This record gives sequence, C-alpha cells and structure tokens, in this order.
Amino acid sequence: MSLLTIENLAVSIGGTPILKGIDLAVNAGEVLGIIGESGSGKSMTALATLQLLPEAARATGAIRFEGTDLMTLDDRAMRAIRGGRIGMVFQEPMTALNPVKTIGDQVAETARLHGGLSHKAALAVARQTLDRVELPAPRFGLGLYPHELSGGQRQRVVIAMAIAMRPKLLIADEPTTALDVTTQAQILKLLERLVREDGMGMLFISHDLGVVAGLADRVAIMRAGEVVEQGPTLGLFRALQHPYSQALLSASSHQPQRHPTPPPDAEPVLAIEGAVRTYPLPRSGFWGKPRHFTAVKGVSLMVRRGENIGLVGESGCGKSTLARAIMALDPLEGGRISIAGKPLSKKGADFATRRNLQVVFQDPYGSFNPRHRVDRLVGEPFHLLGSAAPEGPERTRRIGKALSEVGLTPADAEKYIHEFSGGQRQRIAIARALILEPSLIILDEAVSALDVSIRAQILDLLADLSIRLGVSYLFISHDLSVVRAITDRVLVMKAGEIVEEGETERVFTAPNHPYTRELLAATPNVEAALKAREARP
Amino acid sequence: MPAYLAGRFLSLAASLLAASLVIFLVLEIVPGDPARFMLGINAQPDTLAALRAQMGLDAPALTRYVTWLFGLFHGDFGISYTYKVPVAELVLDRIWISLPLALFALGLSTLIAFPAGIIAATRRNSPADVTVMGLTQLGVALPNFWFAMLLVLLFAVTLRWFSAGGFPGWDDPLLAIRALTLPAVALALPQASILSRVMRSAMLDTLSEDYVRTARAKGLSRGQTLWRHALRNALIPVLTIVGLQFSFLLAGAIIIENVFFLPGLGRLVFQAITARDLIVVKSVVMLLVAAVILVTFLVDVTYALVDPRLRRTSP
Repeated sequence: MSLLTIENLAVSIGGTPILKGIDLAVNAGEVLGIIGESGSGKSMTALATLQLLPEAARATGAIRFEGTDLMTLDDRAMRAIRGGRIGMVFQEPMTALNPVKTIGDQVAETARLHGGLSHKAALAVARQTLDRVELPAPRFGLGLYPHELSGGQRQRVVIAMAIAMRPKLLIADEPTTALDVTTQAQILKLLERLVREDGMGMLFISHDLGVVAGLADRVAIMRAGEVVEQGPTLGLFRALQHPYSQALLSASSHQPQRHPTPPPDAEPVLAIEGAVRTYPLPRSGFWGKPRHFTAVKGVSLMVRRGENIGLVGESGCGKSTLARAIMALDPLEGGRISIAGKPLSKKGADFATRRNLQVVFQDPYGSFNPRHRVDRLVGEPFHLLGSAAPEGPERTRRIGKALSEVGLTPADAEKYIHEFSGGQRQRIAIARALILEPSLIILDEAVSALDVSIRAQILDLLADLSIRLGVSYLFISHDLSVVRAITDRVLVMKAGEIVEEGETERVFTAPNHPYTRELLAATPNVEAALKAREARP
Repeated sequence: MPAYLAGRFLSLAASLLAASLVIFLVLEIVPGDPARFMLGINAQPDTLAALRAQMGLDAPALTRYVTWLFGLFHGDFGISYTYKVPVAELVLDRIWISLPLALFALGLSTLIAFPAGIIAATRRNSPADVTVMGLTQLGVALPNFWFAMLLVLLFAVTLRWFSAGGFPGWDDPLLAIRALTLPAVALALPQASILSRVMRSAMLDTLSEDYVRTARAKGLSRGQTLWRHALRNALIPVLTIVGLQFSFLLAGAIIIENVFFLPGLGRLVFQAITARDLIVVKSVVMLLVAAVILVTFLVDVTYALVDPRLRRTSP
C-alpha cells in the first residue's frame, strides 16, 4: 500500500474547476516529482493534501495517507498530522519564517506541538534538527533571527521545521526556485539525504524539469488541473507520450535561431572601464567608523552594435548594482561608463544618451502602472525626445508598430495592463524598450519569472528583434541555460568582479575559472540527469 | 540595541531643543505685549516700561531664551502674569486631570479596538466584520463634543449615573474616576474607531503572510497561529497609531474639557492665550511637546522590543 494515495481529487473555487480528477501515489522512501507551469494546479494539490485549501474551495475525492482518508478528518485530527506526520516546505524562504521569533523557537514549536515536550526539551530537538540540516552550533545558534540568515540558510530552517518530528511524508513546493543555482544544488542534496535517512516519502513540486529529473524517482506532469502523464522518471522522459509533455521538454532546452556573431570591429554601444560602486554600511557601533561595501570592484566590459552579451552571477554578486549604474540611476565611485560613445557624467545621463538605452525588468506584474493604458505605457519613453516627440496619428502609428514588432496588435494599445498575461506583459515591456529604437537594451532577469513555454517564445522574439533591428542586449541573469541560448559572449561575475569572460560556447564547454565550473555543475539539466540515471547500476 | 537606543535618545534631545527654539520664536513674533495687556491701553509709558523691566521683557531675546531654557531645566517655569503664581504649580494642578483622562481614554480605546479589529479581521466579511466596520465608520464621523453632549443627556440628566461635569479632586479616587468616565468615553470613541480599523487592516495583512501559512502547515490551529505568530507582527503599525493618539489625547482634549468643565491643561492653554499670559503658553506648550516627543521615543523603544530587525547594529 502506498504511503499517500490521491484518488480522483477535484477542487473548485467559486464554481471554477481548479483540479479535475487527480490520481497520484507516493510510496515511503520515494520521491514523486510534480512538474507543471503556473496555474497547472500543482500547489493546490499540495495544499489539498494538508487540507489547507483557501476557504472558498470545494474539494471531492479521496486523499489516503497511511490508510486514513484525510478528507474525512476534522481540523483537530488534521492538525496532529500537519507538521507531525506530514511536513511541508514552501517556496519563499525569505517570507516563510516569522521575522520576530528566533529560529530556535520556530523549530522548537513543531516539537512542542506534536511531541508534547517541555520548552527545554523542544529546544534540544531544535538543536539536533538544525544540526541535521547542516546549520551547526555555534555559528547557527538557536537565538538567531531569520533576518540574520541568507536565503539558503533560511530554507534550511524551514526544512528543519518540517522534519523535526521525522514525518512520513514531506511536501516540498518549489523549495529551491527562489535560490541561486549553487545553493539550490546544496538544498536538493540535503532533501535527498533526509529522504534516504528517514525513509520519508516526498512530494516534490517544481516547474524546473532539470531539477525534477535529477531528484524524483517518479514524475507526474500536470496541466490545467489534470495529470497529463506520469511514470518512472527515466522511462517517462525518454518516451514522452503526451504532446504537452513533449512541448514542455523541448521548450525547456529551447535554442532560438540566432544570427552570426557581429564583426569584432563593430562600434561599441556600451563601454565600461574599471567601474567601482560602493555602498555605505551602518556603523559598527555608535562611535564606530563609517564602513563601506564595494559591490562592484573595477569591472570593465564592452558591448558592440548587434552583439548579445550575457552577464551571469548569483544574487549579491553585483550584477544588478552594475545594471543600475549603466542605467545612470546611481553614480559610480570610480571608472567610467560610455553609452554609444558618450560618457555618463556624475549627474547621470542626458536625454540623448538615455534614448540609446532601454531596459526590461524581471517582474511583468510590478513594472507597469496599472492605471495607465498600454499606449501611455509604451509611449512613455517619447518624453526623451523633448519637442521632437511624435503626437497624434504619428504617435499612435509608432506605438502600433512597436506592439506589432513584439507580436501584439495595435488595437492592444487601448487596453489596460491587467487584461494581459505575464508573457504578454513582458512583450509590452519589450515594446516599451523598443519604441525609441535604442542601440542597447538591458534585460535584467527579463525571462526569469516566466513559464518555460512562454520563456521560449520570448527568447525567439528577442533573437528575431536582434537580427531585424540590429539592437544589442546586455542579458543579466542567474539562469545559465537561458544565457547560453541567447548570447554571443558571456561574463561571469562573482563578488563584484568579472572572473571569466569569453565566447558563450567556449565558456560553457571549456570553462577556465573554478567558479564557472561550479556554476555549470550546479545548473540542473534534464539530459545530464537522465544520463546519470542510465549510468547507475 | 544600545546603539539603537543611543540614536533614538540623541534624536529625542535634539527634537526637544529644536522645539523649544521654535516655540520661543513663534511667541516672540505673535502680536500682543503682556505688559500692555495687564495695564490696559491707557497705561503711562513709564509705568509700562517699569513693568516690562520687572517682567524681564526688555532683555535681549537670546538672554531671555537662555534664561527660560535654564529655568525649565530646574523646574522653574516662571510666574504667570495673570494668576501671579508659579506656572509649575498651575501645570501640576491640571496635569492630574489631563494625564489620567488621557490614559483612561487610551486604555478604553485599545480595550475596544484590539478585540474589535482582531474579530473583524479573522471573520472577514462576516456579520461581525460588517458590524465593526459600520460602527467604526460612525465613530469616526461623529463629532466627539456632540457625542459627549449625548452622553451627558443620557447618563447624567436622564439616568443620573454620572455628574454632568466638574471635577471633585482626587481626595476620593472613586468619585474622581466617575467624573472622568464620560469624558474618557467621549474621547475614546473616535480613537477606538480609528484604531480598530488600523488593527483590522494590519491583522489582515499579517494573516496573508507566508509565515502564517507555514505556522498552519506546522499543525497550529487558527487561534494559536493568531496569538503566536500574527499578533506581534500586526502590532507594529498599531503601535504607531497608539503613540500618536496618546499625544493627541494629552493636549487635544480641550473641547471635551470645556464640555465637561474640567480644569485640564487644554483649558489652561486656551485661557492663557486669551489673556496673553505668554509665559504660561510658552511653558505648557513646551511641556506638551516634550510629552509628545517622549511618547514617540517610547514607541520607538517598543518597536525595537517587538521587532528584532530594528535591534541590529550591523548587517
């Protein structure tokens, strides 16, 4: 008998079906990976298992855990299972912990609640559990607060809370999505170890095929509230049956059609020489000396016309700080930045310089004013033209043209931003960046928030625009596979410095710097994971 | 924590000094010569000059400012021009009405607002929530002096449970509290209404946080999640409002003091202004400003107790 069996689970909210007859099973000691894009119902499946669905939700079907149908239990009986026999780890380690309680108290709470332990005994359990998730004393004392830990360390605390009572089942909902690749690799290794040591079953939910292929014993692929396909990992991936699964796999390793690398003597659109950027830190004490943190330590790089450059690095490496300096949002403490041959002054960039430089940000939901119509959003950069800004029909024509370039229609200019999906919004952001025909667009994690199939479409669009309009990209990302797909040259940044630079293919196939090798090794990859499985005896 | 406290304390001292300067300068600029006011418009110039010299009004502004400030440090607030008694005495008499009244009203307001806000937030869109929201809307809209008059009509005139006004002194504490009850209720109503709404929205924000979901996934009940995880986080914005309300209640009770004939600080300032008793105005305003700044300081310290993120000195 399986540890967890979900039979014909259907959930609807306000009459809208969210899950339509899900059948899944997890055995003890086994990892079931659930893959799906946003809205596929994978998180709802997890919440339904813990009976933590939103109040308006109606659920039917059966969820059998160790022989008991959880759907028939009342809240009191369910509370004994949550955290006790089923642990759950969520996506966002930065917000999943209570900011005003110590990590010791938060882990101990699980033990007090389910083990009936005294505060002191519960703290001892917390200490053991934090050791198990590799947060050893004395560096990680029980009295630390969440804000004193990094994202990866916080996720370890969340995992410690979930496994403190050695539950039979662990549900992990995108537990590594918000983390850097090297941190992700460590957390995945930790989860794998805990599953093996405790003989737990794990329901591992992710949108990342590479991660699931590496971790899961069996895989279920979900779309729009249904499981379209499931089976043992290797067999399933080697012979995907459903067209959606096949499309998903090809989108995850999508390689857009690119143009040949531009000639090396093309004029530079962006030149950075020895850029230094420092931030003041809080004083160490009341009478302490003012301290500084150097986020960018003498970075030099050049982007030529028509060239696509990738800048990769993990969070805190200084890539966003550098991007802000290029956009002339922050002044440099040293070095210089020139855009299309004109150096930025201390005061920032003039309108003529800004016209040559546009940017697309990561969050397609937060980067638009919701009260403006699309024509105003897309036409906003026109103010940089001053009195030469187009008006009336000419303005409408140019906005329509920009929207057509990105695969939307001129009629979309009349709409408001909430009428568009995430992928469409990112197209609108690109249209806004294109409207002044700049020579350089900075793409700051521009496809990181998108589902794989949408991401493939946007990458195609970017490659196409680069060929047709001759625009250069500075592609800033933590996602190495995306950078590999879209760039000619790549720079690897670590702790404020460029540690490696070169032709993209060369860097990916024959990395020189140990850090680059580490990053590449940590990057999840479906094919590599499957090969490793095949090689196992 | 010590660095945080030291920082807050320095800012407290600087605020007090700046406030004293502003108050002094404003009262220098306002028209009206206290000496002339005391002697009437037909006073002889030499009598006027003599009185001005006696009151110390002829000294340079800087000297008078420093003397005043120095006096404040020693508890010497000067002698009232009209009452001819030390200002400190006047203030002391009245602070024993204004301070208990403010605390009483603040206590009532939080006692009403905390449960009301929490109930409304946890039972969102239920009849309880709709009732709380409706009543608080009414509470914000009603002018408090009118509400005070209604209270007098009902509880003092018709039911005769409380007196309609006046203050019997603290010789009999029960009687004193009885005299302060209706004014405190009248003062607390609008404050409680605002505070309930702040509590409700802070609680709603907190309840939708990820760590509340984490707590539920740990196996905590709704009630346990609320008490152990949500409440302390929701308190941070609420504390700000409580601090502001206390300052307002201390100095802003003047209308209610008038309705109930309470000789409080508000009435003292009002009478001093009409009588051009500038030394009283200056000192009482300074005292009130000091109280407000002190409360803000205490709120800042409470923040640090509630939120560990404020205690850190280095990242």
